[in-house]
Amino acid sequence: MTYHSLKQLAGQLATGKASSVELCQDYLARIQARNPDLNAFITVDAERTLAEARAADALRAAGNAGPLTGVPIAHKDIFCAEGWLTTCGSKMLYNFVSPYDAHVIEQFKKAGMPTLGKTNMDEFAMGSSNETSYYGPVKNPWDMARVPGGSSGGSAACVAAGLAPAATGTDTGGSIRQPAALCGITGLKPTYGVVSRYGMIAFASSLDQGGPMARSAEDCALLLNVMAGFDGRDSTSLEREQEDYARDLAKPLNGLRIGLPKEFFGEGLTGDTAKAVQEAIAQFKKLGATTVEVSLPNSGLSVAAYYVIAPAEASSNLSRFDGVRYGYRTPDYTDLTDMYEKTRAEGFGSEVKRRILIGTYVLSHGYYDAYYIQAQKLRRLIAQDFAEAYRQCDVILGPTAPTTAFKLGEKADDPVQMYLSDIYTIAVNLAGLPGMSLPCGFDGQGLPIGLQLIGDYFSEARMLNVAHQYQLATDWHQRTPGGF
Amino acid sequence: MQWETVIGLEVHTQLTTKSKIFSGASTAFGAEPNSQACQVDIALPGVLPVLNKGAVECGIRFGLAIGAKLNRVNVFDRKNYFYPDLPKGYQISQFPLPIVEGGSLDIQVGEGDKAVTKTIRITRAHLEEDAGKSLHEDFHGMTGIDLNRAGTPLLEIVSEPDMRSAAEAVAYAKALHTLVTWIGTCDGNMQEGSFRVDANVSVRPVGQQEFGTRREIKNLNSFRFLEQAINYEVRWQIEQIEDGHKIQQATVLFDPDTGETRMMRTKEDAHDYRYFPDPDLLPVKLDDDWIDRIQAAMPELPGAMRARFQRDYGLSAYDALGLTSQREMATFFTDTLALAGEANAKLVANWLQGEVSASLNRDEKDITQAPIAPAQLADLVKRIADGTLSNKLAKQVFEVLWTEGDQHGHSVDAIIEAKGLKQMSDSGEIERIIDEVLAQNQKNVEEFKAGKEKAFNALVGQVMKATKGKANPAQVNELLKRKLA
Amino acid sequence: MSLSLDDVKRIAHLARIRVSDTEAAQTQGQLNGIFSLIEAMQAVDTQGVEPMAHARDVYQRLRDDRATETDRREAYQAVAPQTEAGLYLVPKVIE
Repeated sequence: MTYHSLKQLAGQLATGKASSVELCQDYLARIQARNPDLNAFITVDAERTLAEARAADALRAAGNAGPLTGVPIAHKDIFCAEGWLTTCGSKMLYNFVSPYDAHVIEQFKKAGMPTLGKTNMDEFAMGSSNETSYYGPVKNPWDMARVPGGSSGGSAACVAAGLAPAATGTDTGGSIRQPAALCGITGLKPTYGVVSRYGMIAFASSLDQGGPMARSAEDCALLLNVMAGFDGRDSTSLEREQEDYARDLAKPLNGLRIGLPKEFFGEGLTGDTAKAVQEAIAQFKKLGATTVEVSLPNSGLSVAAYYVIAPAEASSNLSRFDGVRYGYRTPDYTDLTDMYEKTRAEGFGSEVKRRILIGTYVLSHGYYDAYYIQAQKLRRLIAQDFAEAYRQCDVILGPTAPTTAFKLGEKADDPVQMYLSDIYTIAVNLAGLPGMSLPCGFDGQGLPIGLQLIGDYFSEARMLNVAHQYQLATDWHQRTPGGF
Repeated sequence: MQWETVIGLEVHTQLTTKSKIFSGASTAFGAEPNSQACQVDIALPGVLPVLNKGAVECGIRFGLAIGAKLNRVNVFDRKNYFYPDLPKGYQISQFPLPIVEGGSLDIQVGEGDKAVTKTIRITRAHLEEDAGKSLHEDFHGMTGIDLNRAGTPLLEIVSEPDMRSAAEAVAYAKALHTLVTWIGTCDGNMQEGSFRVDANVSVRPVGQQEFGTRREIKNLNSFRFLEQAINYEVRWQIEQIEDGHKIQQATVLFDPDTGETRMMRTKEDAHDYRYFPDPDLLPVKLDDDWIDRIQAAMPELPGAMRARFQRDYGLSAYDALGLTSQREMATFFTDTLALAGEANAKLVANWLQGEVSASLNRDEKDITQAPIAPAQLADLVKRIADGTLSNKLAKQVFEVLWTEGDQHGHSVDAIIEAKGLKQMSDSGEIERIIDEVLAQNQKNVEEFKAGKEKAFNALVGQVMKATKGKANPAQVNELLKRKLA
Repeated sequence: MSLSLDDVKRIAHLARIRVSDTEAAQTQGQLNGIFSLIEAMQAVDTQGVEPMAHARDVYQRLRDDRATETDRREAYQAVAPQTEAGLYLVPKVIE
């Protein structure tokens, strides 16, 4: 059961082979046994989970079950869930029991899917290794001395280790795709606006997007069917007709045009990652696809533009954490300014503070045009590059991350090196496009390698189809880490 | 040296929407602290703003009313600063692309019929959210924060520095107050803070082209304070300069108790607001269709109505301004006119500006709370016009109508009948009384014949007294003259 | 370009984050490292390019003017550091 797909679990529930309570109990037992080492969860609340499982079983007994009713899921601790401690990986929210549900949480509640717990993450989603969490780093199940990637590292690790069949994540610059790649699972960042941001604690509002993380593209499709949907409380939520993201899974790939950006296959891409990606390309050709070289000439500047735009938005988004209405307040202060400054100095970790300072600087008087406006113009150029590329291809393919999982502590003191971990993923967020990562092999040390697919706006169903066909022909996604 | 005052006003008008600008919380005044502060208003982690259509519509209405350019695409920005009554740590406002740009408002400068019209240009008007309130009563040495007002929609209206005296600033503020209440975008309640004025004041030697350094007086919530604060500030600035000091750009507060302004902060401690487009809100598009529909539903505006009253009814500028100071007053006037006939326009205007306004002031009432309706005022005016009532009698009838109209079915004729206030017009009857008066006042008659004009007036008085004031004075005059001829 | 120690202290105060002198010096080094990455942007000629503030070029959807929220003060203030009489308490605000 540990590594069953969502469809298999749903099948067990439908045929009465297992109840939701039983499934949840099994996963909770695994979490209890393994999480102390893995540290993938910040909060586990068995009582609450089992209460939700009982409700799901009752729903099924009453004949009102949906496709995934009773199947449990873990949620990144960035999603506000009523009654659950919601920390966003920060000391700032160490005591914040959310009084309301995020839209995504509501959607899973409506689908009858119990919450297994809240997963660990980089503080306020700022990080690529999960080492910035106030609640300690998450370990990579493939090598406990290594990082799981980030910021959705807890979600990726718990799915990879079989502590949950699936999890939610969020992706601002690669935070679903990079940890999915480093942990050997499948993750999808939808088109900006497909999943409501309401109740998802904001990092960089114009880039943030929630999405599913699971063992396969098929599972991701089923989860996206639950997560996606218009929400009037998010002004950037798009009013579109409800889609079935699994509708095209079975389509053959004959005639698929895969774009290979020459900038992704340059000098930065070497060794096992390059080899695995090339083998994946060969596999797609076998499945009937053709490839075409495309160019994303400005993608090399995406990291620079991103580290202006994301911190700028974050510096403002995180101003609400001031010790007045919720969360941490410093115990000793002399006056209001002292309270603010100490609360924020003590409540935020160093990476978050660094990004707030960068953001404050680039928006401050005299620097706005040179940094913020210039970055926004580059953002336009980057988006236009993609539009141009999609005149020649249906989907863009490349590596998800430049390397496999690195060692804990290896880049922790070097922000610039850490930022470059997202070199292949960031442009997608700037353009607002959908992107996904799926396992495509292992390096010499047995660490998973991720393959990135980037689609045109609203082409999630097509991307999932491409990934699913690949996963029918390969078994990388079915490999599991030894010891779990 | 002769000094010239230069004033520009920034007016925060609270919009009349039911819900807040970015959340579904109520904007009703006076609720329990924080009971109308929803998750968006208190800025819980993860919440997002959604723009209220009603607030945008108010912005459009105002822009149309001042003949401004409406930015077909306008943008909301974040203004970043920390303050406990600002829960997000930023205020959502409009900076480079406000909803309204340009436009103007006419004011009357000078008293009575010497009043002339001056045009005050408006720079811009932008939509933004209000902050909460800090309550400084002592909570163990701490301040209490009430966020009920946080997120209330405001339209901030910024004028050009076109005013040259406190009186002009007050005239502009009043004209703006009339306009925003007239078009229904603001309830104008200054006590509740629905209409708050900031005044930018500077002085310069007469004839100098460039402006002096300005100081901004914050949060003036009555026209009287506006006038007092500007007058004080102008005197202070002139004194400073004449004493050899330079004016430093600053924000000041007016203290109504002392009548003085005091420094709040200088430009040096001015914030770096780090404005940038709010990524949670998209650019706002104003469709022509929408604007046209709003335009079609606009009432006749006070300026146009004022001109029409002067042109069509021959009213003075002063009367026209008074009658259009409030939309309900103007409606009362036109409703009365419709019943009394346009020929009586001047008479109706006089009554509204005179007895009606005085009675409203005395009773501290608004025209909407007046105990008489246009129908009664029209009847009263008609009875004056047809000679049934003298002005003096009419005032008595009016008094009865105002205080106990309900006892007479609110009927002018019923009151005239019941109180016997009809003007005596039977000349035979008046002649009989005159004959009596002449017989009894031979001394006055002789004096008059000896050339004393005063004696004539005494005789008129005697006749009026004998008729209990009901005789038509003009008629009495005429008959008396004839008898004495 | 590079940030001075004073720049670091100024922005830290703007952001209401207390930094000690040691932290400021450390932060200065890290921020300058990051800005050297960011500076790469300046090489691109972006004249005439429209800045892109949002991921999609769409317009704001408007909400009908209706009061829909109910009073949830009790639940919201249950997570507040300090309240009294329905008010959030903060150190004395001096105008």
